[in-house]
Amino acid sequence: MEIKERKVPAIKDGTVIDHIPSRETFRIMRILNPQEFEHPISVTLNLYSKKIGKKGVIKIDNRFLTKSEVDKIAILAPKATVSIIKDYKIQKKIQVKLPRELLGIINCSNPVCVTNREEVRTAFKVVREDPLEVKCLYCEKVYAKDEIEIKRK
Amino acid sequence: MTFKGRDIVSIRDFTKKDLLHILERSKEMEVDKPDLLAGKILSVLFFEPSTRTRLSFESAMCRLGGKVIGFSDEKVSSVRKGETIWDTVKMADRYSDVIVIRSPIEGSARLAAEAASVPVINGGDGANQHPTQTLLDLYTIQKAKKKLNGLKIGFLGDLKYGRTVHSLAIALSHWKVDLYFIAPDALQMPDQYLKDLREKGIKCIQASDVFAVSEELDVLYVTRIQQERFPDPMEYERYKNAYRLDRSLLEHVKKDMKIMHPLPRVGEISPELDESMHAVYFEQAGNGVTVRKALLALVLGR
Repeated sequence: MEIKERKVPAIKDGTVIDHIPSRETFRIMRILNPQEFEHPISVTLNLYSKKIGKKGVIKIDNRFLTKSEVDKIAILAPKATVSIIKDYKIQKKIQVKLPRELLGIINCSNPVCVTNREEVRTAFKVVREDPLEVKCLYCEKVYAKDEIEIKRK
Repeated sequence: MTFKGRDIVSIRDFTKKDLLHILERSKEMEVDKPDLLAGKILSVLFFEPSTRTRLSFESAMCRLGGKVIGFSDEKVSSVRKGETIWDTVKMADRYSDVIVIRSPIEGSARLAAEAASVPVINGGDGANQHPTQTLLDLYTIQKAKKKLNGLKIGFLGDLKYGRTVHSLAIALSHWKVDLYFIAPDALQMPDQYLKDLREKGIKCIQASDVFAVSEELDVLYVTRIQQERFPDPMEYERYKNAYRLDRSLLEHVKKDMKIMHPLPRVGEISPELDESMHAVYFEQAGNGVTVRKALLALVLGR
């Protein structure tokens, strides 16, 4: 008899983020500020994915993501999917998409950039998607994916 | 083409057509136009000292019949009391018809352009951009060589940190030029720039000895080697002398080769070269007024 093994517990209502590269899973967890919410969050790493090799999955009970959270996920995991679960069923499944401009979601690491000196919403342009490179629209510094500092809030 | 109301923030904002238009207008500005900007006021907001940029902007405005207000040291402005660049620009926006800003904070000119309804011209924002310098450099090359296409242009000195070199190389990449980058390894042109230039089809040649390539050059653009960039003072002493140009260079250059320098110089070019036919660095500084006249007229729609 074939036993169907459920590797990740199902959730009743909430969000499932799938197809995250394993190595980015904890960076995404940090963006979600899990310490600020009461409901369970489960993280599974090193699952096998045909598309991306080792993948991670994050399941969040009773919470739905904001647009800026989804955009932040797209920076780290461009192939991720976000599913909205209602009553154990997938109500909506979206493929994350990197916007052309990233507004107010990442910090500029240049200490003399005006965005670190005055109250300004940061603005970056995606100059290359793969490998990811973004450019600060103020000081014009270019950052590779691993150099990007995503805002926690 | 209209430039009326446009901000001059970064050389990357300009197409080749834009650059050609600015060069054309600059040429027209060689002739006096004493009333062109009569009744107009320029705000000069200089949050750090500068000699050439400030004086040439003020001279340009005066020569076109306009008036100048502003400050050139943040100690005398209310920035010292903690006022932001944003608020300072908001105020100047209501006092004047065009603003020039200079600040060590990178991206400050872009922010100023967002704050102001009148056109903003970047007079240098830290290590980032100094577009009017680039435009006057481009104008100087075109004026001295009567063309831009087909030139072999050498850059000598601190190519790693020198923003004038980076910006001018970007601007020149709209034309068919060969660029020579002459510097010790530690101060060579950053890879990112070389990659961008090569992607645009520009031939880039790197060298550490100026004499190895000097005979090929039509223009040699010299920049200052900054002592503070060197962790080891001994190393600085070595490079400093290796990149000091004097009369001995002239035996190894084309007879119409031109030497440029954005100034200030601190020994890279011996004064004995000043009177030579090759030196155009003081003319280059003079062209700053001509090009800034053109830019002020353009953004004010005149």
